Amino acid sequence: MKHLIALLALALSTPLAAQDSLPPAPYAYNQLEDPALEEQARELMLTLRCLKCQSQSIADSDAPMAGDMRHQVRTRLAAGETPDQIRLWLIERYGDYVSYEPRVTASTWPLFVIPFVLLLIAGLIIRGRLVARGKPEGGAAG
Amino acid sequence: MIAEFGLVALWLAAALAGLQLFAGFMGLREGGEGIAVLARPAALVQALLCGVSFFTLLWLFARTDLSVALVASNSHSAKPLIFKLSGAWGNHEGSMLLWVTVMALAGGLIAFIERRLPEKTMLATLGAQAFVALGFYAFLLFSSNPFERLAVAPVEGNGLNPLLQDIGLAFHPPTLYFGYVGLSVAFSFVVGALLTRQVTPDFARVMRPWVLGAWCLLTIGITAGSYWAYYELGWGGWWFWDPVENASLMPWLAATALLHSVSVLAARDALRAWTVMLGVVAFSMSMVGTFLVRSGILTSVHAFAVDPERGSFILALLALNIGGALAIFATRAGTVAEGERFSVFSREGALVINNVALSAILGIVLLGTLYPLLTEAFDVRVSVGPPYFNPVGAIFLFPMLIVLAIGPILRWRGDSFARIRMPVLVLGGLLLVAMVALWAITGIGILPLLGLALALVVAVGSILPLRGRSVRRLPVAVWGMVIAHFGVAVTLFGMASDTAFQQERLVAANIGDVVEVGPWTAQLEAVSPVAGPNWTAIEARLSLRYEGQEVAEANPQARSFWSPPTETSEVALTTRWNGQLYTALGNQAEDGRWQLRLWWKPFVTWIWYGGLLIALGGALALVGRVVGDIRRRVAGRKIVDRKADEAAIAAGSGS
Repeated sequence: MKHLIALLALALSTPLAAQDSLPPAPYAYNQLEDPALEEQARELMLTLRCLKCQSQSIADSDAPMAGDMRHQVRTRLAAGETPDQIRLWLIERYGDYVSYEPRVTASTWPLFVIPFVLLLIAGLIIRGRLVARGKPEGGAAG
Repeated sequence: MIAEFGLVALWLAAALAGLQLFAGFMGLREGGEGIAVLARPAALVQALLCGVSFFTLLWLFARTDLSVALVASNSHSAKPLIFKLSGAWGNHEGSMLLWVTVMALAGGLIAFIERRLPEKTMLATLGAQAFVALGFYAFLLFSSNPFERLAVAPVEGNGLNPLLQDIGLAFHPPTLYFGYVGLSVAFSFVVGALLTRQVTPDFARVMRPWVLGAWCLLTIGITAGSYWAYYELGWGGWWFWDPVENASLMPWLAATALLHSVSVLAARDALRAWTVMLGVVAFSMSMVGTFLVRSGILTSVHAFAVDPERGSFILALLALNIGGALAIFATRAGTVAEGERFSVFSREGALVINNVALSAILGIVLLGTLYPLLTEAFDVRVSVGPPYFNPVGAIFLFPMLIVLAIGPILRWRGDSFARIRMPVLVLGGLLLVAMVALWAITGIGILPLLGLALALVVAVGSILPLRGRSVRRLPVAVWGMVIAHFGVAVTLFGMASDTAFQQERLVAANIGDVVEVGPWTAQLEAVSPVAGPNWTAIEARLSLRYEGQEVAEANPQARSFWSPPTETSEVALTTRWNGQLYTALGNQAEDGRWQLRLWWKPFVTWIWYGGLLIALGGALALVGRVVGDIRRRVAGRKIVDRKADEAAIAAGSGS
């Protein structure tokens, strides 16, 4: 469904048509020569959000903006930046929204604490259900 | 006139749901029997009327009656008939009508055939079903009327998004909806059993086919949805942790847990309260999913806040149903005891771990899906994606898979380690060897490495229940379990190997250029225009060689639909037993070269084969259980007949 909406949004965004007619940046649809760097680029691009689409990474999108961002990622990697530096640069530019890898901040800490709480609750449930009961030989009723 | 006819049928069906609710309620009171007998007929007639109403909508779409607003905005006279029909449910109003119709048909079915539970419990169940249905009738009639007319009929319809003009997608949402409705029936049974304090193994046996059926359909729906996204989007991804995908995954996770706990309740009269809770959770997840997809909140929280009518309606229904069920549960908690006890080391113990792990994964998916919506409401935009869901989910998934490999060979109530020492040691050794070997040979990431090793362990573990048993005399339901568990291993293997070993080539190619990707070479032979019924396309012809041998031709297209104008990428998939070559055609660059995207995706198809195996396992279990129930019913009737005969003979000889 999201893709429909995304595509619909794309189709409707005629003001962008002027931008669309520009040829895509060189590294939008071309890979880096070095396979190790390209692998890094791919991993990074899969965790960056395409801001013009709905719920797609820039590695999965035909949107011109995603192409530009792919170009940025590849050229910066080729220039020697690390994936983390590029991610930070993009976050500075577009905000936390651009990264699918949430950082631990004042507004996102529950995302990281709640799984541990769940782990604790799961452990307690399993302990309560299993250990305390002991061997039920003799057919106890509950 | 036809549209009004459908609307009248819908109103009458809603009125009958009201009658059914009243009759079910009276059934719980002393002296209400006179009205209570109406509950079953009301359910049957309601099913008929709803069916008529939905059929009317299909008819309007088949004829492209443009005076109906829904048809005008979603259909087009030039569309092929099958897509005209699927357009009837490919939109908000129509899909809600489909939901209500399937729900009414399910209600009619249980009213017609289900006689195993105490009549009061059945009446309470039908009443609960009517209550849930009434909420959806109100939603349809007051805020989403599918039969609304336009004052002036347009000359031509708005068409249907070309992405929806796909046979897979035409049947994907209904499959999920049928699954959601199955869970709503399970929910009604839970409420019925709670109201009459009948959370018994019999109740579990009656509810189980509905849970199994719903679960199978959800499995198929998710599998199909994943494959659809894979070939339709044109970039080779098969799971995006996108809120819409999560919306279908969450009910599945809850249904999987429910399926296992309901089996414990049916076989051992244990986990009563837990099963009841899961029944409520499973249906609430269906409603949360519907809310996410239907309210528009995913496009933008703020857009939702501006026009909250539909979303608020679904949220209100959610709060009413779930709050009501939990309130009933709270008043009955004392009487719904935990049931039979069991030891740590038992089949029940393994299933408890399965249930807790699935619930925890459900919690994480729910958290990761809703959290960005929550922060967006406070103008803080964050994204939660694969780097969060994959590792955090794996914390619970991987231990659960180890338990999955061992659990089915454990005995009910209590078992000894000495009895299963051999298989456990073999599985443990296998896991260790596989992990070390993979780490030494491939050097892949930790998650795919664990995934591959555990896929092997689960595959071996899943067939262990067959050991030492006569294959021909094994119950069908056990076959179902074995096949479903084996399917989990197959899916996991496909996911892990695609993640670890896929190869990608993005190039700009001239005619005649050769592209290499993995064991494949592809030569771009030609690029030519083609036309279809409502689209034109540029099509590339690639000749493919696998390890040097000419095997096939691939024809990816870049398609343009004209009503509404939309560009899509029609990828070409070349399937071998060990994976798929995925080719997509992009735009033409200024220098005349064509963008080509190629992926070699080893064993990627196993993801969906595994999903189908899981669904097949569920279907076999369903058939096994239902056939068993029918046999028991026939045998029970024979015993009654024989007793009657004997009594008659005794009476005859006595006189």
